[in-house]
Amino acid sequence: MNGQPIIETVGLRRTFKGRGKAGEVEAVAGVDLQVQAGRIFGFLGPNGAGKTTTLRILATLLPPTAGTARVVGFDVAKNPDRVRERIGYVAQSGGSYRSSTGRDELIIQGRLFGMSKAVAAVRAQEILEALDLAEAGDRTCGTYSGGMRRRLNIGIGMVHRPALLFLDEPTTGLDPQARARMWEEIRRLRETGTTVFLTTHYLEEADALCDDLAIIDHGRIVAEGSPDELKREIAGDIVTIGANGHSDKIVELMRAQSFVREASMEDGLVRLYVDRGEEAVPQVLRLLDGSGLAPSTMNLHRPSLDDVFLKKTGRSLRESAA
Amino acid sequence: MRTIRDTWLIFDRSLWLTLRNPVWVIMGVMQPILYLLLFGPLLKNIASMPGFPPGGAFNVFVPGILVMTALFGSAFVGFGLCDEMREGVVERMRVTPMSRVAMLLGRSLRDVVILEAQAVILVVLSVPFGLELKIEGIVVAFGLLALIGLMMSPVSYVLALVLQSEDALAPVVNAVALPLLLLSGVMLPMSLAPDWLQKIADVNPLYHAVAAIRALFNANYGDTEILIGTAVLAVLAVITIWMGARAFSRAAA
Ligand SMILES: Nc1ncnc2c1ncn2[C@@H]1O[C@H](COP(=O)(O)OP(=O)(O)OP(=O)(O)O)[C@@H](O)[C@H]1O
Ligand SMILES: [Mg+2]
Repeated sequence: MNGQPIIETVGLRRTFKGRGKAGEVEAVAGVDLQVQAGRIFGFLGPNGAGKTTTLRILATLLPPTAGTARVVGFDVAKNPDRVRERIGYVAQSGGSYRSSTGRDELIIQGRLFGMSKAVAAVRAQEILEALDLAEAGDRTCGTYSGGMRRRLNIGIGMVHRPALLFLDEPTTGLDPQARARMWEEIRRLRETGTTVFLTTHYLEEADALCDDLAIIDHGRIVAEGSPDELKREIAGDIVTIGANGHSDKIVELMRAQSFVREASMEDGLVRLYVDRGEEAVPQVLRLLDGSGLAPSTMNLHRPSLDDVFLKKTGRSLRESAA
Repeated sequence: MRTIRDTWLIFDRSLWLTLRNPVWVIMGVMQPILYLLLFGPLLKNIASMPGFPPGGAFNVFVPGILVMTALFGSAFVGFGLCDEMREGVVERMRVTPMSRVAMLLGRSLRDVVILEAQAVILVVLSVPFGLELKIEGIVVAFGLLALIGLMMSPVSYVLALVLQSEDALAPVVNAVALPLLLLSGVMLPMSLAPDWLQKIADVNPLYHAVAAIRALFNANYGDTEILIGTAVLAVLAVITIWMGARAFSRAAA
């Protein structure tokens, strides 16, 4: 499988019929993706971007309206069973039944993948321990806390050691400690050769955890690459100025400066893309003072994935995800 | 092979989940028990009326109660599936390579076991009221009850998969089950019905089920209704199971 992508989609589309004549929603609007085996691939995008819909298509749950997807070497539409044998899928919410115990859910999942009772029981114990659920294993899932239930659902997806694991927002709802443990667990999966395809709208998660990223917005991929490559696209540094109601004038003034590569504004903040931030800040201050446009705040930072998102879509992911 | 194994796994899981929380099973048998206790005694005097089929009052009445229990027991099983869907269990299992027929059959067989258990309770309770036990007939009748379960529970599951919620499911199930019940001669034999009502009842599979089970309970083993009832239920069960399996394999939303 090395070298060959474990996921490959061409022109993937999915439309949902709206209520009445309200028109159609194009949840996935032509996605071409290649995911290499053995990597942690992150799918980053705001609410409603089409992450879950894409994942459901790749996991054989939803037929695409157009386009094709090959997953673990098989076409999801033509050979769904071959795909299912080798993937795991953990939905954004749900997966375990509240009147069943965590252990029973893990065991039945293993058995549905062909494990014997004894093997499934050993595997269930392994997973309960790895996910810090050993104590709760014999309680019904309905008594679990939200974070415990989430961890169990993820555990259920890993029972059969899939070659490719889809995780839809695996860390949403986990406290920082549990999130860190989940990251570790996901990295451990990579070490054992599992490819992990996860969605997130946490920038930190995409940055710290993922080897490769695709940013999706309105059903389209707007950027692709490793976190570093993406950030490098935005060369230099970013200066953010609290404009005090003078955004227009400040942007006009800054665009005229040779050290400013680009200036934009959103929500009363002016953003300058500059080559050397340390040198730019004093110059900017001097210019603003000279024109009587005193800023309320000023901030210098290295480009983050949010800046990448902002640049590609004109919106901040932090706000759209809030 | 895979289908048999998966069916067993789902059957086993579903049965345990039901037994862990048996409220619905008990509720399901309480109502027919009330009929036995409070409605049954009225029959003693009606049984001598012209038009009432031969046989003891309870040998006519209990088959109706059993069919009613089987019908309602299996018509509402979709509610449990709605619950599983809401918790994401159905979607999770649809991503496994498990057999889609097994998703249906495992659950429907659980439903059959539950309704047979309820039927045993009802038959045993009826003996003190004067039900005469014709063992061979009762054994075959239990087979027919199983067919009712296998015919009705897939219908309920298909509706649940399509409608997705209990709120939408309840009125639809009632709209299907109530006319089936009223036109089956469950409470009183259809032989008391006017002609036009009898004609409508003729196309109701449950009418034939009741007639067949009554014949069996009265040891009229030569009655052609037994063959008709069995054939109608068996054919319909095959059709609804096939529809149910299809619904499980495409359930999308
Ligand atoms: N079954 C459906 N029927 C109709 N519309 C749907 C359906 N599923 C998704 N959509 C629509 O498709 C769009 C994309 O939804 P999707 O769930 O893929 O977004 P997402 O990126 O996963 O968002 P989130 O971060 O909130 O989970 C949304 O506009 C959503 O309303
Ligand atoms: Mg989503």
